Amino acid sequence: MKKCLLILWLLLGSLPLCAQGGEVHFCLRWEPKTFDPQRVDDDASLTVRFLTGGVLARVNRKTQLAEPELAESWKISKDSREITLKLRSGVRFSDGTPFSAEDVAFTIQRLMDPQLHSSTGDAFRSGPGAVTTKVISPTQISVTFPAPVIGLDHLLDQVAIMSKDSAKKEMAVLGPFMVAEYKAGASLHLARNPNYWKHDAQGHALPYLDGIMLDIQGNRDVELLRFQRGELDLINTLDSEYYEKLAATSPAVVHDAGPSLDSEQMWFNQVQKSPIPDYKKAWFRSTIFRQAISEAINRDDLCRIVFRGHARPAIGVLSPANRFWFNNKLNPVAYSPESALKRLTSAGFRLDQGILHDAQGHAVEFSVITNSGNKGRERMIVLMQQDLQKIGIKVSVVTLDFPALIERISQSFNYEAVLLGLSNTDLDPNGQMNVWLSSAEDHQWNPQQKTPETPWEAEIDQLMHAQASTTDAAKRKKSFDRVQEIVLEQNPFIYLITKNALSAVSLRVRGADPVAVAPQTYWNIERWTLQK
Amino acid sequence: MKTLRIAAWSCLALVALASIFAPWLAPHGYAWQDRESFSAPPSREHWLGTDDLGRDRFARVLYGTRVSLLLAPAASLLSTLLAVLIGGVAGYCGGFWERTAMAATDLCLSLPWLFLLITVRAVLPLDVSPFTSVVVTFGVLGLLGWTSAARVLCASAKMLRSSDFLRQARAAGISAPRIFWIHVVPHLRPILAAQFWISIPVFILSEANLGILGLGVPEPMPSWGSLLREMEGLVSFREEPWKFVPLALLVAVVTAFQLILSDKEQVAA
Repeated sequence: MKKCLLILWLLLGSLPLCAQGGEVHFCLRWEPKTFDPQRVDDDASLTVRFLTGGVLARVNRKTQLAEPELAESWKISKDSREITLKLRSGVRFSDGTPFSAEDVAFTIQRLMDPQLHSSTGDAFRSGPGAVTTKVISPTQISVTFPAPVIGLDHLLDQVAIMSKDSAKKEMAVLGPFMVAEYKAGASLHLARNPNYWKHDAQGHALPYLDGIMLDIQGNRDVELLRFQRGELDLINTLDSEYYEKLAATSPAVVHDAGPSLDSEQMWFNQVQKSPIPDYKKAWFRSTIFRQAISEAINRDDLCRIVFRGHARPAIGVLSPANRFWFNNKLNPVAYSPESALKRLTSAGFRLDQGILHDAQGHAVEFSVITNSGNKGRERMIVLMQQDLQKIGIKVSVVTLDFPALIERISQSFNYEAVLLGLSNTDLDPNGQMNVWLSSAEDHQWNPQQKTPETPWEAEIDQLMHAQASTTDAAKRKKSFDRVQEIVLEQNPFIYLITKNALSAVSLRVRGADPVAVAPQTYWNIERWTLQK
Repeated sequence: MKTLRIAAWSCLALVALASIFAPWLAPHGYAWQDRESFSAPPSREHWLGTDDLGRDRFARVLYGTRVSLLLAPAASLLSTLLAVLIGGVAGYCGGFWERTAMAATDLCLSLPWLFLLITVRAVLPLDVSPFTSVVVTFGVLGLLGWTSAARVLCASAKMLRSSDFLRQARAAGISAPRIFWIHVVPHLRPILAAQFWISIPVFILSEANLGILGLGVPEPMPSWGSLLREMEGLVSFREEPWKFVPLALLVAVVTAFQLILSDKEQVAA
């Protein structure tokens, strides 16, 4: 008996002592622009909304499925125009105001108010007409949209419910934390919401932590140094370079959660009216030319050298991290300068003394622009420069400040090729309508076309409309799988790499489980404890 | 002091010679990538190791020195010429010309040159070669760098305006431009020389600053600015001292210029 007790004592002694309470400390890279959850359109405000906002349904970042939160259950009509929600009872806002269906109705109406210009609300605007809400009882509400809204339950993840009656307005919250103190330009202190409704399996009130201290710190070097000194508990997204630096000294604190939703891609200017020479437009509008460029880029080297192995060759529109929508049948483009040259030769290009010429005798050379100060992108272009030199193409690198770059790619169209990244937060392809429809503003390679200029763009338009007009997940998947195939074949965007989700979490934090989907690290912060 | 000056000249000569003979001294070209050996420490093949893309750092230092050491004096010469034309002439003519030139100088001094350079880069055609881009960068630096020198030269030329030898020249019927070139400019020469030497390190550092902002010499061409960008982030001298070579070189060359300058200032005084 004594021996058993001794073993038990030893076992307990060897376990780290974790307890409720304590504060987690990390950095926001920018000042939050707003605390109004419906006006959020920047990363810092998004973080605050995630930590303080109570939502009807939350997408589990691990399973990528919508799970009940303030809504115990919901039912979406067959035509996807109506959702009926059953709400939890006995829930209170952080200031003690009771939560009811009236608050949900108030939130939805405010969100859909065109005067508010809410980007969160844009996702629900599926067609012209007003959104109507019907409060059935204090715990039941139905919301009707003028046209079908696809992926409604996932969209609820973005809508933090606001109180209709609270005098504190947006500062009265339903999430695990609430804003306690804000020092502009310096820090933001979030305290535990004493009225948070959620409890763990043992009946303990969540969150376990007393609060979160967010320092506004833009300099990543300082952030890393402070983390190394133990002043910070986490770095939500790490560059591969910093990841390697931390891994060299403390491998237990860094996490590589595999492919994230972020990709880096290059595209050529295919705008007919752009002020670039006609012969260059002809190259850029040629599928064979784009396919050859894609084949001539060594994506493995980009991943290995620029991202130190913490990236994967991109396969196409979606990252494998998007488990449901990613088309598993697609394979990355194999690196083959020989095949690229063969393709180009078939299209009338010829290699003459190491320089590639088109059928009219123009030497093939173009510039790639990217934003200045982004070392990763500059390095990628320099590697691509040498790759393309092997097939006789001369590439010049031009770094521009961001406003100048945006002006060139969206207004004057005075550019040849551009390398930029895409940070995707929405798992549903409906969120990419503004990119894939040929009439869309963000159809970057050739935006706002009156009618699709190519048959494959017309097919993408048709497929995107098809997937947006049905609630049948299998049919939607089939349509978007085909979109992914077309994009991989036509290369309007030459997808280069998919970055891994890298983060660092202090060893004193228990319960962290970094994932690929944003917010990668603190998505389950309400269940974190600190080791004493 | 003399020993220091000799050391300074020797340092500059050594650096200049090494950069001139870069194709023979460097084992590889500055753009050549050894993709199997990136971020490597110094070795027999790569004396200063390789950078993040596997390029030989020694070769890049030599070629980068060539760019910075060739173009900084050229930009300095341009700014000194502009200073003598604007400041010197204004001081010599006086009156309306002086007021106008000094107002223009004040206006130029108030220009935020960094934003101006960003704008110039933004409006430049995208398909210019790296060499043209470098020349334009230094050209703009030269075009913007004349203002302080112009003020000094204006004050000096103003003092000469009422001197006896100029009155005598005017009385003898010599034309104003001839008086300026034959009599005024030679008297300004020591100040001009000092301004020329002062501007060289200023332009080297300006290009280095632009390089750090990603707006200097375009890839793959190296310059001291782009080489110093490697030191952004957390570079430990204890772990990777070879990464500090471009910085050491920059400090050595700027110090050498300053030592030579102090000699020239003494001559001017």
